[in-house]
Amino acid sequence: MTMERDSYVFKTPASKLVQVAAIAAEYRDRPDMLMTVLIRAQKVVPAFSKAVARVIAREMNIPMNQVYSFVTFYAMLSVKPQGKYIVRMCKSAPCHVHGAKEIVEAIEDQLGISIGETTEDGRFTLEYCPCLGLCEISPAIMINDRAYGNLTPESVREIIKQYIREDV
Amino acid sequence: MIHLMIDGQPVEVEEGTTILQAAKKACIHIPTLCYHEDLSIKAVCRICVVEVEGQRLLPTACSTPVSEGMVVQTASPKVLKARRNILELIFARHPQNCLVCPKSGKCDLQKVAQDLGMHLDIRYDTQIRHQKEDWSSPAIMRNPQKCILCGRCLEMCNDIQGINVLSKENRGFHTLVAPAYGEKLADTNCIGCGQCVQVCPTGALTVHYHTYGLMKQKELGKKLIIQVAPSVRITLAEALGEKPGVVSTGRLVSALKRLGFYKVFDSDFSADLTIMEEGTELLNRLKNGGTLPMITSCCPAWVKYCETYAPELTDHLSTAKSPQQMFGAMIKIWFAEREGIDPGEICSVSVMPCTAKKFECTRPEMRDSGYQDVDISITVQELASLIRAGGIDFAELPDTPFDDPFGEGSGAGLIFGATGGVMEAALRTVYAVVTGQEMPRLEYTDVRGFKGIKESTVNLNGTEIRVAAAHGIRNAKTLLEKIKEGKADYHFIEIMACPGGCIGGGGNPPKTWKIMEERKKAIYEAERNLPIRLSHKNPAVMRVYETYLGEPCGEKSHKLLHTTYFNRQDLLR
Amino acid sequence: MQEVHVLLKNRGKIDPKNAQEYADNGGFTALEKALSMTPEEILETVKAAGLRGRGGAGFPTWRKMQFTATAADPVRYIVCNADEGEPGTNKDRILLSTDPCAIFEGMAIAGKAVGAHVGYIYLRAEYTYLFPVMQAALLHAESLGYLGKNMMGSGYDFEIKFRSGAGAYVCGEETALFESIEGKRGEPRFRPPFPSIHGLFGKPTMLNNVETLANLAPIIRNGAEWYRSLGTENSPGTKLFTVCGNVVRRGVFEFPMGVNLKDIIYEVCGGIPDGHKLLGVQTGGTSGAIINADQIDMNLDIDSVSASGGRLGCGTILVIDDRNCIVDIVLNNLDFFRGESCGKCTPCREGGQQLYNLVNRIARGDGAIQDLEKIDELTETMQLTALCGLGHSTAVPVRTSIRNFRNAYLHHIDKDFCPVCSGKGGIYR
Repeated sequence: MTMERDSYVFKTPASKLVQVAAIAAEYRDRPDMLMTVLIRAQKVVPAFSKAVARVIAREMNIPMNQVYSFVTFYAMLSVKPQGKYIVRMCKSAPCHVHGAKEIVEAIEDQLGISIGETTEDGRFTLEYCPCLGLCEISPAIMINDRAYGNLTPESVREIIKQYIREDV
Repeated sequence: MIHLMIDGQPVEVEEGTTILQAAKKACIHIPTLCYHEDLSIKAVCRICVVEVEGQRLLPTACSTPVSEGMVVQTASPKVLKARRNILELIFARHPQNCLVCPKSGKCDLQKVAQDLGMHLDIRYDTQIRHQKEDWSSPAIMRNPQKCILCGRCLEMCNDIQGINVLSKENRGFHTLVAPAYGEKLADTNCIGCGQCVQVCPTGALTVHYHTYGLMKQKELGKKLIIQVAPSVRITLAEALGEKPGVVSTGRLVSALKRLGFYKVFDSDFSADLTIMEEGTELLNRLKNGGTLPMITSCCPAWVKYCETYAPELTDHLSTAKSPQQMFGAMIKIWFAEREGIDPGEICSVSVMPCTAKKFECTRPEMRDSGYQDVDISITVQELASLIRAGGIDFAELPDTPFDDPFGEGSGAGLIFGATGGVMEAALRTVYAVVTGQEMPRLEYTDVRGFKGIKESTVNLNGTEIRVAAAHGIRNAKTLLEKIKEGKADYHFIEIMACPGGCIGGGGNPPKTWKIMEERKKAIYEAERNLPIRLSHKNPAVMRVYETYLGEPCGEKSHKLLHTTYFNRQDLLR
Repeated sequence: MQEVHVLLKNRGKIDPKNAQEYADNGGFTALEKALSMTPEEILETVKAAGLRGRGGAGFPTWRKMQFTATAADPVRYIVCNADEGEPGTNKDRILLSTDPCAIFEGMAIAGKAVGAHVGYIYLRAEYTYLFPVMQAALLHAESLGYLGKNMMGSGYDFEIKFRSGAGAYVCGEETALFESIEGKRGEPRFRPPFPSIHGLFGKPTMLNNVETLANLAPIIRNGAEWYRSLGTENSPGTKLFTVCGNVVRRGVFEFPMGVNLKDIIYEVCGGIPDGHKLLGVQTGGTSGAIINADQIDMNLDIDSVSASGGRLGCGTILVIDDRNCIVDIVLNNLDFFRGESCGKCTPCREGGQQLYNLVNRIARGDGAIQDLEKIDELTETMQLTALCGLGHSTAVPVRTSIRNFRNAYLHHIDKDFCPVCSGKGGIYR
């Protein structure tokens, strides 16, 4: 997915920018710590917009395009806002041979979005992830930091329902 | 020494030599795309792969050092098959419109393909990137569809120049080289130095061509008056296929005459004007405690850099315009009046080694004549294409002198093209004005050469004047940092954004440091043989001051030949 | 068949966060011994043991150790590659979550052997939930003096730091991993220079897979001869095999090298469930060869599998039953590679996508016999010219599947109906 100008139309609240600045300032002139800064910052801001990237670049004393280039390389860092719950579905061969396709379709159907999209209320983002390392319990998904395996279309519907109810 | 066999030939080279370099000794030029002799090794295009006995895989010649007893085949059937396959893969992503591409005939991809003999069909799905051309910058045109992801421009913009406009985004098949966040070039902090254009092997980054606009002006019946920068006479012949360093001043004028230019003037004249104004300004600042160090302002890429990154330091910039802009004002005001021409009928053109001049002439304050003082700035590359389009046999042209009244330029004006040249020219005049005598040796070699920052001290009647000359933005940044910290005890600094100075400008034919060495030698050699080598001794210059301008930095000079600067810090937001 | 638990011996028996429990079970004795040995002695032991890399390449570990130990620069690093991105592989997750101290001990031993005082563990982002356990174990071990400064009074310091990935399989490649730790895009570097001379931050670096490092303590503790008594001549020791796919029992199993593939599938893992038949097996993860049911009577050690045209790699065994279509599996593999390619070099970046297009066309029934020739040439180019292993690996499942399942491809080219590929791909239970 390449970036066209209009995908950045969201504003990051100034208070969050201040928080990000504080995180980045801890590692001024330590360009090797960019990953650490971004992972911590991603918990604070919805995504790495230009404003966020500028703040990080300024505080770390590195070029802004270096931050942007880094973020767009790694699949789990994003320039576009992600939902509160990121549902990662494994699409690699071990899950594939265990009926991952059905699981994907069940979730897409339940949430009403396709892979790569975010629900309108901003709560769920669906993503493919290549191999979560949960092959012994395939087909598997991860929702944020929690793993769910040995799924069937029915069991995954129940799991998603819990999140919809915010009952986790 | 290491002994190896390349294509059956014994070769002996020093340890650490790469296969690519060693092959040259056997008269083999292994084709490359991402390799550039002045840049770091990338080894990403994989075109230069060779077959090495005992190795299952094909290593890249550019990155693999030789070893004792190595047996290399640079063009075995296996290697050629792989090379053609890789080119095929590149072609599947590349627009197939060489016929209308500005880079046709000068394109590295085209050359490699032609040499390899790519007559085969492309057997893969063609998937051209959907991003469109970016014409937003007046200086540089970006075409993401033609990019082969060699990474040269990234090294140039980020590591060497330190402007950090371009970067890679995404990964894999969707990797793209572009300004961050999908910005158009004109909205970024790009200074237009064109060094990226210098190293791009394809038509992905080219000069923003204004030749069609020029033809349009001719069609409208405007009087085309052109000023020719010092460097152009050094690099135009090279652009038309001759050896680097061939000086073609006379032929250049003949060509321009045949192309229909009403008057062909020498920018060396306005370079001399610049020296008069800037030299006087320096002396005034020295005498009256003005802002020091004073920094030259004739390089528009450097000026834009200063306005963007250090707007608080623009007071240090000389208020003198660049030679191009001074000339623009002089042509549309003084010359027009003298000749009885309506300035609205003049199309004022400049031919420069520079891409940033295209941006400079559109600056809104450069309209002292009531019109845009310089309408169109074209590069050496564009002039070469005009000459070819006109069917002009450049090699056989006779010499023609520049037109009066601006025909004469001094040697001091000519050396503007090399880094340190402006400094040397200024010192020659300032020395003479202060001491009343000429410098014992006009060649001020302390500020010549390709060292990043050159420093020197001049003794002017007992006062020590400390000067520095820097080229390349990284070195400029170093000096700026020094000024910010209050540690810059210089009086006068020359800064050129392009490595090597204007002879290394973005609008010239692509260069290597070896080629630059030839260009530099040529410019100093040509200067030595000129009858007048001091700006203040140029009779045309003296005439203009006597009859019209009055004195340097006087009221009229200030109005026409000086300018102001802006704060462009918001480009960094 | 009985598993042999060397690496998995603490699994489920100790609290992974508790370094004292680890020590009580024989932990850190190897490190203590190593700290009193010279680097040469440690090297000789590892060499005599014949340990080979468990991450995929199977490179002799003692060689890496030697190159790093004899490099010119005095600053060296140990790096633990915990990026485990190869689809089908869970073994490193098991080790890190059940016995992290074994990894720390292995890193410290390696550190002593090469003269490194700092070690990095690069943990993939998908395993972030393991971090609290590992961090707790490390802090505990340091507080007890087993790791960190002046380990066990030896005067030798070894500090371990954690770094995270962010969703890039290519960062499992040695030099790409270094780039990632250095705060850059995870793009592999060309070699030479080799990591043992110019590695992380430009310093001599010894990088090893989690499992490889887990082997170091047992080797030092029990000796090279003991290690050689397990496994085979060319591949001593045990191996963690991750079995996944269409088998009754999935999981991570530890067996001596040389165990038979057929036995693992049928005896250990209970064969194919629900009365289905075996279609094929892919060993070594997505970058491995796909073999058919006639070829599974194979001993699993590094050289035997290579000899048969495949790669043992990280020891993943993907079992594929007859509900699947091999062309669909290969398409899935190629989808993985084209998405994970870093994009730096032409053959992998462009070739990966074009290979996917070609196989996709065949899968959809729009392919021609010439497409197999095109695939053959393209995969050969990728294998010969790609900058790193990812480009080389992309070709492997394609080439091996065409060799071992040619009929499946012809079936699609002949436009014979394939229930898997003519649907939306992938099976439905």
